[in-house]
Amino acid sequence: MENITKEMFNPVLTQDHQIQEMVFDTGATFFKDAWKRFKKNKGGVIGLFAIIFILSMALIGPMLGTHIYNELIAEHIDLPARVPFLENFGFFDGSVNGLNPYISRGLTDVYYWFGTDNLGRDLWARVWMGTRISFFVAFVAVAIDVVFGITYGLISGYFGGKVDLVMQRVVEVISGIPNLVVVILLVLVLKPGLTSIILALMITGWISMSRVVRSQTLKIKEMEFVLAAKSLGASSFFIIVKEVLPNIIGQIIVMTMFSIPSAIFYESFLAFIGLGLQPPIASLGVLISRGYLAMLTYPHMVTFPVIVLSTLMLSFNLVADGLRDAFDPKMKGF
Amino acid sequence: MEQKPILEVKNLQISFQLNFGVNHVIRDISFHLNKGETLAIVGESGSGKSVTTKSILGLIDDNGAVEVGSCLFRYQKDGKDIEVDLLKCGKDYLQKNIRGNKIAIIFQDPMTSLDPTMKVGNQIMEGMRDHKKVKSRKEAVRRTIELLELVGIDLPEKRINQYPHQLSGGMRQRVVIAIALACEPDVLIADEPTTALDVTIQSQILELIKDIQKKTGVAIIFITHDLGVVANVADRVAVMYAGKIVETGLASEIYYNPKHPYTWGLLSSIPSMSGQNEEILSIPGTPPNLIQPPKGDAFAYRSDYAMAIDFEEHPPMFQVSDTHYVASWLLHPDAPKVNMPSVLQARIDSYKKRGDTNEQSHFTGR
Amino acid sequence: MSKVILQVDNLKQYFRIDRHTTTRAVDNVSFKVYEGEIFSVVGESGSGKSTLGRSLIRIYDANAGEVTFLGRKITGKLNGETMKFLRKNMQMIFQDPMASLNPRKKVLDTVAFGLDVAKEVKTKEERKQRVIQVLKSVGLSEDHIARYPHMFSGGQRQRIGVARALVMDPKFIIADEIISALDVSIQAQVINLMRKIQKEKGLTLMFIAHDLSMVRYISDRVAVMHLGHIVEMGTVEDIYEHPLHPYTKSLLSAIPHPDPDSEKLRKRVLYHKQNIDYNHGQIQSLNDTHTVLATEEQLNAWQKGDYSDILVQM
Repeated sequence: MENITKEMFNPVLTQDHQIQEMVFDTGATFFKDAWKRFKKNKGGVIGLFAIIFILSMALIGPMLGTHIYNELIAEHIDLPARVPFLENFGFFDGSVNGLNPYISRGLTDVYYWFGTDNLGRDLWARVWMGTRISFFVAFVAVAIDVVFGITYGLISGYFGGKVDLVMQRVVEVISGIPNLVVVILLVLVLKPGLTSIILALMITGWISMSRVVRSQTLKIKEMEFVLAAKSLGASSFFIIVKEVLPNIIGQIIVMTMFSIPSAIFYESFLAFIGLGLQPPIASLGVLISRGYLAMLTYPHMVTFPVIVLSTLMLSFNLVADGLRDAFDPKMKGF
Repeated sequence: MEQKPILEVKNLQISFQLNFGVNHVIRDISFHLNKGETLAIVGESGSGKSVTTKSILGLIDDNGAVEVGSCLFRYQKDGKDIEVDLLKCGKDYLQKNIRGNKIAIIFQDPMTSLDPTMKVGNQIMEGMRDHKKVKSRKEAVRRTIELLELVGIDLPEKRINQYPHQLSGGMRQRVVIAIALACEPDVLIADEPTTALDVTIQSQILELIKDIQKKTGVAIIFITHDLGVVANVADRVAVMYAGKIVETGLASEIYYNPKHPYTWGLLSSIPSMSGQNEEILSIPGTPPNLIQPPKGDAFAYRSDYAMAIDFEEHPPMFQVSDTHYVASWLLHPDAPKVNMPSVLQARIDSYKKRGDTNEQSHFTGR
Repeated sequence: MSKVILQVDNLKQYFRIDRHTTTRAVDNVSFKVYEGEIFSVVGESGSGKSTLGRSLIRIYDANAGEVTFLGRKITGKLNGETMKFLRKNMQMIFQDPMASLNPRKKVLDTVAFGLDVAKEVKTKEERKQRVIQVLKSVGLSEDHIARYPHMFSGGQRQRIGVARALVMDPKFIIADEIISALDVSIQAQVINLMRKIQKEKGLTLMFIAHDLSMVRYISDRVAVMHLGHIVEMGTVEDIYEHPLHPYTKSLLSAIPHPDPDSEKLRKRVLYHKQNIDYNHGQIQSLNDTHTVLATEEQLNAWQKGDYSDILVQM
């Protein structure tokens, strides 16, 4: 206060200080913002890293091992896990129930990192090959969700009225048929295998996605910016793609992430009950269903595929959770 | 000696932690509320007027924090006088003794402040029973009917058993007011209670609030962005801009003798009903963001009366009368004499002329 | 008087809620808008004023009635050419500055939307220039085109909405409650902007609002709507100085003034709509410009100042 001089009371003309249109730039677009929030979510980040790790192992893992996933070696059946170096510390040394078959069979320089199955196949290679299948199923699930679910939901929600009425009745009929019945029917007609799993997903997998998209679309289409687009003469297709879709993309991504683990589980479940893939193809479900038979004598056969499967599903769920929080509209803006 | 004010806020500073910085929403404000009076807090959205009152009741979001300041509240309990700092007494204490019980709040949107699945009567009785104001359900029902009559709802016996969606917007806001009054609070905070309503309903609700104050003697803090709305109800007015109070005084002082350029802007942007082709002046620009608050007087950046010093230092409160304070360098003795916009001056003159002939007014300006 | 730009005859817009209920949002409404004027429609929420605007610009399809715009009929099925003509020459500005801008689109794309739909511009540069030009006319600058709506204040967002309508160079703009969601100080800013633009471009403006004081300030003629009917219509002077319909009177009595002393003395009146059935009334002319919806008896009574049962002092 003490250094206030008379000169400081000279008026400043508006032109000089220029009345500004102040805009506050948060420096972030919607996705950057969401990404920022996602990074703060520990579970989500851990999940993301776990997925990346498992995915890269699925891609390169089978090549790292010394054996091919479908190579049968009669002398090597039922071998537990044995890893060089680690064996010196008393675990992963190839012993099971107090016996070490590696030593008793004279296989001193043979190493199976995850052990072998009852036909002498390398479980390391088989687990990662199975993970590949899981990722493939996940990819197919996403594709189906996007292609069928989103399109169906957008059309049903946006056009409303009679279109919506008919489309929703169709959905009700489809979702009224139990999943398992669909699969069993498909297996009767086709052979058990990827084709029937994909067909089953095609028939039922997209329903929940279409419902979410529809309800979001119903909400967005009443917003004034959609009315504005209509009053500017935009076509329905234009409005759906340019106005509605970008505003529900967050929910779609979250929903997709949630549908991935359930699709992966679906495949394993079918394999486990014998309706899915069949050996010699390795899928996590196949490995678990086989390993489960010898669970008490050779626990390694079921442990490794179960660990990978659970980690994978948990990670996808964590990531989906993190994304949901990141896209949460309550946190948007300020 | 005058009675001590019922609520006294001193040097309050509140900030919110955001992803990209700290938002200094309230930057050192002080005000008080006397028993039985209506204080209007007027400001644009983002000026911090709602946050102030929410902080009093400990209702600000988790990322917000009261940095400095106190809020003394004086009330009676079991015949004893109690003085408590609401900002320091903890949420449990607030919930048990203050919220709803001594200080009640009415929000803007009657649609969202009522529970759609609960009967109107039960919603009113809930507070009474929580704070043990009534002994039996029968008594609660009787009180509820009285309250509904007080807020001007006809057929109260029938309304008690209705759900919010069966009532019109104006009725709902009346129910919200009844809920607020259920525990006979000493202070009622009305946060833009008429903004979501139509003009005709708005005037009815304003009349109602005035009427209730007359009958119950409750002190009211009325938050609004529209000076026009509160002319009818306010005893005193505090004008807020960018987290600070820039002018405060009796209603007559603010409306007839405003001194701050921002108050001038607010008043002259209300179209008057007297002359048709009169101009309305708008305040140019937009309010500043308070993450990087501007140096000096925040309003200078939008003002036609800005001086060099405005961009250097924030003005202190200059006293105009016992009750009228203004934070503007224009009142410094060294400042050039400036007058309010002629449009506004002409309008106020026309009010005064009519006032003089009616001998209704009491002007306190210089 | 100047040329009629928009003529509305017996427009009806009903919405079916379910088998038993139909809302008559706009019920038999007729009026004319003259070129270069500001015509206001006032009424409270639920009066059908916003629906009226949306029916005119064909967001809704009217159930009955005929609308003629610049000499062309724009109700019923339209051919592509008329539709294009309508989209170019009639524009709308919306109420909610939050909801009327797509949060995922940059200002440039929001404002250029009309140009994109109509395929009016050939090059990206031309598109950008058109947008910058129109942004400048609403007081925003080139720096703003790459930003997203959430970075702007309410008033700025509303000006972006104005820019979106202006980019097509329309002749007629429907402004639907464009100030009701804004702070008073910003309302004046937007209103003065609309007035400036209207003068500069010689636009015709239909201003839909519930705030009677702003309407008085901005309009040439005013229509008062209630429950889907236009109950009174006339020049600003007709409506504000010589209101006849009890609903208009009740609306006028409710406007708050920034004048505490007179406010404390003011008497407000309450309107009992149960005692009036609009369907029995006819449009009665009081003078060349002033019409009111009433039966013969009501008209006689009102002209004598008899509003018993209808208006009650509060």
